[in-house]
Amino acid sequence: MLFFIRKALKDIADNRLLNGVAIITIALSVLIVSAFGLFYINADELLTSWKSGIRVMAYLSPSVDDKTISDTKQMIQTMAGVEAVTFISKDEALETFRKQLKGQASLLDNLKGNPLPDAFELRLYPDTRTEGRVEALAKQIESLAAITDVEYGQKWVGSMLSVLNLFRFAGYAMGALFFMATVFIVANTIRLILYSRRDEVEIMRLVGATDGFIQAPFIIEGMLQGLAGAVFGLGALFISYLFIASNIGQDYFGSGFIIRFFPFETCGLIVMASMMIGWIGCYLSLKQFLK
Amino acid sequence: MEDKHKDLIIRMFHAHKSYGAKKALVDINLDIYKNEFLFVTGPSGAGKTTLLKLLYLGEPATEGQILVDGMNLSRIPAKRTPFLRRKFGVIFQDYKLIANKTVFDNIALVLEAAGKNRKMLVKKVNSVLRMVGMEDKRGMLPPSLSGGEQQRIAVARAVVGDPKIILADEPTGSLDPESADIIFDLLARFHMLGGTLIVATHDRNLLQKPGCRIIRLQHGQMVN
Repeated sequence: MLFFIRKALKDIADNRLLNGVAIITIALSVLIVSAFGLFYINADELLTSWKSGIRVMAYLSPSVDDKTISDTKQMIQTMAGVEAVTFISKDEALETFRKQLKGQASLLDNLKGNPLPDAFELRLYPDTRTEGRVEALAKQIESLAAITDVEYGQKWVGSMLSVLNLFRFAGYAMGALFFMATVFIVANTIRLILYSRRDEVEIMRLVGATDGFIQAPFIIEGMLQGLAGAVFGLGALFISYLFIASNIGQDYFGSGFIIRFFPFETCGLIVMASMMIGWIGCYLSLKQFLK
Repeated sequence: MEDKHKDLIIRMFHAHKSYGAKKALVDINLDIYKNEFLFVTGPSGAGKTTLLKLLYLGEPATEGQILVDGMNLSRIPAKRTPFLRRKFGVIFQDYKLIANKTVFDNIALVLEAAGKNRKMLVKKVNSVLRMVGMEDKRGMLPPSLSGGEQQRIAVARAVVGDPKIILADEPTGSLDPESADIIFDLLARFHMLGGTLIVATHDRNLLQKPGCRIIRLQHGQMVN
């Protein structure tokens, strides 16, 4: 094995230009596909952190009495997916609003009465925090006689999910395309190297070398190209990540969300996938060349 | 007769080779025995090179049977071909050395391909380099050597794997008489050590050598 690795390294050194082109191509493919992956992972995590903060507010009609409020609370409490219901009186709501306005609280001084309604704030179980289930629950609450309106962040959650899904599918499609393109380029690079060394391959066959003996250094060469491409691609992505992360601050998106890089295991998977690309590329050209 | 049959190393039985409509070899029947020194001669295009190629499966025969050291070449699976080729050492008129490998590496390739260990390989390569008188050129690249020197390297490469048979295709064709003599002496030494030698040539000087069988090809047929 060491013999073949040494041979492959020597071959790479002898064919620096062709191998360099293959490595750069793999690195660019790894960079683009991984950038998509990293964006998706972070966007997904961000959305999850936002989704966990989804609040459902059910506003009560102004004319309801205390018994109706209590009955309605009971009914909401028993609905599937509801973890807790908190009553917020209109006075509490105004007080909270006043606190939020801070310096501009004096604006509320001229109000004739309290325009805010009484409301229930609902906390949902995590499995209910999907767009469809929140929407169904909102409709169910809205159908209660004492409730005038139900609010939750359905629109932006829905839009974000759609964008995220679009990114995911675009990522898959681009990943597949780059995978094929890279395999093709590696296969062609190895074919060019084989072509430039066809006399050597012919002589090796004449002296009784098996196909395995001839192929092994090329296969290792392809895998080393994949390894080098992945290291450069991920390295470039990591530098970009450091640059972005240091420029947008630790808690730019709120909810305690921090932009992350791929975990070590994912980096390992990317490197292995890249080496596999090199291997497939080699295998295809060798199969054709040694036929 | 019984003993002689036991010593048979190559048998060509009604072997034909065609390239499309062109017949390169026609109905070749030939027995070659262990430790035989055989010259295959004839004009250019007579089929000498093709005959050698059929033996090491450089080309498959179109028809007929060829047996080499007990292996039937028409039935040998492709993955066994390298093992057949290790029975041969092949020498070409154009040397077929790898230009960017050193003399040592060119010779060592045969043993590497056969999976020999490094220690044994170094010992063996140095020994054949000594035999062909090229020990001091072990680190050089073939293009920096003369034709005669390159052919000596090719001979060293052919014998390093201890083959049973050496096939030489016009080994002295592009050499001056002095270099040709050196190459012939090296081949004769292999023969003296018990090897079987098949040399395709139209070099009249070589054909004068005593103790050799000569077969002649013309238009792809054996004529005597």
